[in-house]
Amino acid sequence: MTWTLLLEQSLNGFQLGIVLFLMAAGLTLVFGIMDMVNLAHGSLYMIGALLCATFTEWTGSFLLGVLLALPAVLVVGILVEVVALRTLYKRDHLDQVLASFGLILFFNELARIVWGPEGMAIPLPAWLDGSIEILPGVPYPTYRLMVIVVGLAVAAALYWLVVKTRTGMLIRAGASNRTMVGALGVNIGLLFTLIFGLGAALAGLAGMIAAPIVQANIGMGESILIPAFVVIVVGGIGSIRGAFIAALIVGLIDTMGRSFLDVLLGTFMSANAAETAAPALSAMAIYILMAVVLFFRPQGLFPPQGRG
Amino acid sequence: MVLNRRIIVTVLVLIALALLPVLLGGAPFYIGVVARAMILAIAAISLNLILGYGNMFSFGHAVYIGIGAYTVGIFAHYDIFNGFIQWPVGLAVSALIALLFGAISLRTKGVYFIMITMALAQMMYFLGLSLDKYGADDGLVIYTRSEFAGLIDLEDHVTLYYVVFGFLLLTVLGMARLINSRFGLVIRATKFNEARMRALGFPVGRYKLTAFVLAGTICGLAGLLLGNFTNFVNPDMMHWTRSGELIFMVVLGGMGSVFGPIFGAITFLLLEEFLSDLTEHWQIVFGPFLILVVLFARGGIDGLLGRKDRSDD
Amino acid sequence: MTIGKLSAGFVAALALASLPAQAASVKIGFVTTLTTPAGVIGRDMQDAFNLALEDIGGKMGGLDVEVFYEDDGFKPEIGKQKTDKLVQKDDVDFVAGYIWSHVLLASQKSVLGAGKFLISANAGPSQLAGKQCHENFFATSWQNDQTPMAMGEVLNKRGVKSLYVIAPNYAAGKNMVAGVERSFKGKIVGKDLTKWPGQLDFSAELAKARASKADGVFVFYPGKAGGAFMKQYQQAGLNGKIPLYSVFTVDSLSLPLFQKGKLEGVMGSYMTQFWAPDLDTPQNKKFVDGFRKKYNRYPSFYAAQTYDSMFLIKSAVDAVKGDLTNKDGMRAAMAKADFPSVRGSFKFGNNHFPIQDFYLREVVADADGNWTTATRDVVYKDHQDPYAKDCKM
Repeated sequence: MTWTLLLEQSLNGFQLGIVLFLMAAGLTLVFGIMDMVNLAHGSLYMIGALLCATFTEWTGSFLLGVLLALPAVLVVGILVEVVALRTLYKRDHLDQVLASFGLILFFNELARIVWGPEGMAIPLPAWLDGSIEILPGVPYPTYRLMVIVVGLAVAAALYWLVVKTRTGMLIRAGASNRTMVGALGVNIGLLFTLIFGLGAALAGLAGMIAAPIVQANIGMGESILIPAFVVIVVGGIGSIRGAFIAALIVGLIDTMGRSFLDVLLGTFMSANAAETAAPALSAMAIYILMAVVLFFRPQGLFPPQGRG
Repeated sequence: MVLNRRIIVTVLVLIALALLPVLLGGAPFYIGVVARAMILAIAAISLNLILGYGNMFSFGHAVYIGIGAYTVGIFAHYDIFNGFIQWPVGLAVSALIALLFGAISLRTKGVYFIMITMALAQMMYFLGLSLDKYGADDGLVIYTRSEFAGLIDLEDHVTLYYVVFGFLLLTVLGMARLINSRFGLVIRATKFNEARMRALGFPVGRYKLTAFVLAGTICGLAGLLLGNFTNFVNPDMMHWTRSGELIFMVVLGGMGSVFGPIFGAITFLLLEEFLSDLTEHWQIVFGPFLILVVLFARGGIDGLLGRKDRSDD
Repeated sequence: MTIGKLSAGFVAALALASLPAQAASVKIGFVTTLTTPAGVIGRDMQDAFNLALEDIGGKMGGLDVEVFYEDDGFKPEIGKQKTDKLVQKDDVDFVAGYIWSHVLLASQKSVLGAGKFLISANAGPSQLAGKQCHENFFATSWQNDQTPMAMGEVLNKRGVKSLYVIAPNYAAGKNMVAGVERSFKGKIVGKDLTKWPGQLDFSAELAKARASKADGVFVFYPGKAGGAFMKQYQQAGLNGKIPLYSVFTVDSLSLPLFQKGKLEGVMGSYMTQFWAPDLDTPQNKKFVDGFRKKYNRYPSFYAAQTYDSMFLIKSAVDAVKGDLTNKDGMRAAMAKADFPSVRGSFKFGNNHFPIQDFYLREVVADADGNWTTATRDVVYKDHQDPYAKDCKM
């Protein structure tokens, strides 16, 4: 293990965390304010990626693709909220999990019919497609650096929205006491639709950002959905700050596990045993993290204040 | 009259299940489909105990199916086919794991409980994936089914069917007794007001943990049966989506109803079989169907049979 | 009714269905994955099987051929249930198909236990090649270890001294790693087994591979993960730094996607395989031309194996002149591998897995600019898998 590799892997972990955060931010808002478990959040991630791929193909530019796909996902999200999910806010979590599970099946099949089973690749502009030296002798993919920058910018914008604006005040108020916000004469229905749309756009953006790395494909939402849930649960449901910190922790743990666990285990067990145990343990790492956090802090690391 | 309709339908379904192999004499395939449905019904009944009556929303219940099936698989891998060894061990391991997982997850509530049960199940799933010795994701082929000293021959598909049917009857009747017992009353009461039950001096936590372990053990039984039935086990059986399917069976049949999960499991599997034959794109129908059931058929199939009788509520 | 039920003599078969004990047609069940993202493979196989059915005029041994397609949904349990249906309800004579080892392993007992023939058109788990081999089981594909072994040989020839290995952490992935370790004589300086399925981001693994300064990277990522890996390899700036050697990662299913995604880095990369679209055999020409004409794309190796499986079945039914009760005759005929194969002539080993040649292929653009692969070298002549010796047959 060298210091440059450690640095590089930290960046990788950071970058993974950023994508997770974009997913988790929407999830935790919807969860925290509407008390709604939405498994179909992953479908919005997939729809974002696939729409972006299509628009990129039409326009020939990835950036234009993102700019067109963002409002499109927003519309899809609002449609989903109005048509299917709105009626579920008052139901218990069980109903929400099941109905949104049904949405996953629906969206996956729909995407398969529209885009075909093979999915789509997104070509990047040349200036994003290579790598640059972050330190002498340590090249790093330009695109991943870009992801970090964009992700941090979105996180900052979100922070500004939640902490500095009136809408944000309502969102925070909603997260700690929903009934009270309604009683104060705020149009709760509109606020909820707005928040859901915002969450959908964030998930879609995460999908668009991830697509040039992992390709846009059917079912891609499910592989990130569960880690995103881990993030919001570890962070404390409803807390954007918690989601941000937990996303970085999860991203780093996952990446560091994949990077160094075999070496680490190799120091006290046979190379063969380490070779088998390392991938298993690193696959489980984030679940172990979640179980441990919940065991000691049953409400996550940063539960929003004022919640009973 | 309302009550009677439920009893009539239930009895008719049970009689139909009992006579099915005779009626379908020459169609082993459908006997197999229904046997598998009954096995999953046992799992769904066990989940219903904690989900429907106890309000513990476990999103990792399929893990015990995996444990049961893996027990059969691993013993068979070492050429130990004796069911008198396999089955008690399978049940004991299921109970132990349920005890461990229950003790950890019952510290949390609500959504956190959903997530932690899922996380623990996913850990088992990944453990299964990394068990090179037992086939990793390829799983284990169970070439020889459990043997019971020549008393029962599970290799015969009709015999296996009736064994499954017998266990289903046992499970459902046992459950009916259990939920009307003092223990069942406490569990059901905690669903509505846990704080009051606590105030009344019931060790609610211990009751819930007991129910959790019991549910896990019964589900382990379903796993033992499933391993024998499919001649196969692999980690897929423990994936969170399988837990989701079990939940759907319970909801489809009617939460907190004794016989509901049986209707739910059978309907679910027949629907899956029928729809997937109809079109390759069956999930585009199945997904919205799920949503509609949740939105409009709150009581599930059981709800269609009229209002619940009081002892059942 | 079964979806995609397709038959040249469908109406005739229906009319005769009421007549008992008369084999009016050869019934073939075909199990593959038609749903989920892996459905792209299943579609290629189904297309190839349909093409083969057309090419034999819908008849073999004087009988009409009926094909029943079933979707395993990528789940062993469903695959087994569908197989049961084919065997018990539709009473097919042959069951073919199977992309995945675990689905095949779960289903095999249903077919073999009923005394029917099972033809794997892709999955080649070591269990069925070795101890659990069966007289009624045939594979028109390969055993998992063979292709990476050929790649190991290529690496030796090219003087690769150190190798970094990346593969998914599941049974086939480990078989691939074991295969290359079997024949590669240099040093394996690092190995990553990644979470499967689900992990599509390989940033950490690629960083380690670069830091290892190995002479080559060996990789196995079937399906969508392959595209993701190739893309990231390019983004990490590893193209041209460390040569990439792959098995089952770049194929005719992924190349059009790569081309659309402008993944130039994949051009010129090497892989090994038992077959290539440009193999110069009459049957292969007929197959590839027919496939491209009918479906307007290159067939994948999955399609090639599937096409062969139809002709293998035909050779059996022809040999017994349509007497489907003559199992011994059909088995003996199939064991001879006496049919026109897309890979040219080959033999079956004692375990009924092919003993066949393996080629080195390179990704190139064809005359029309479509990306495909070209054969560069013969790596193995008549290669048999290492598990055949465990098969007591």
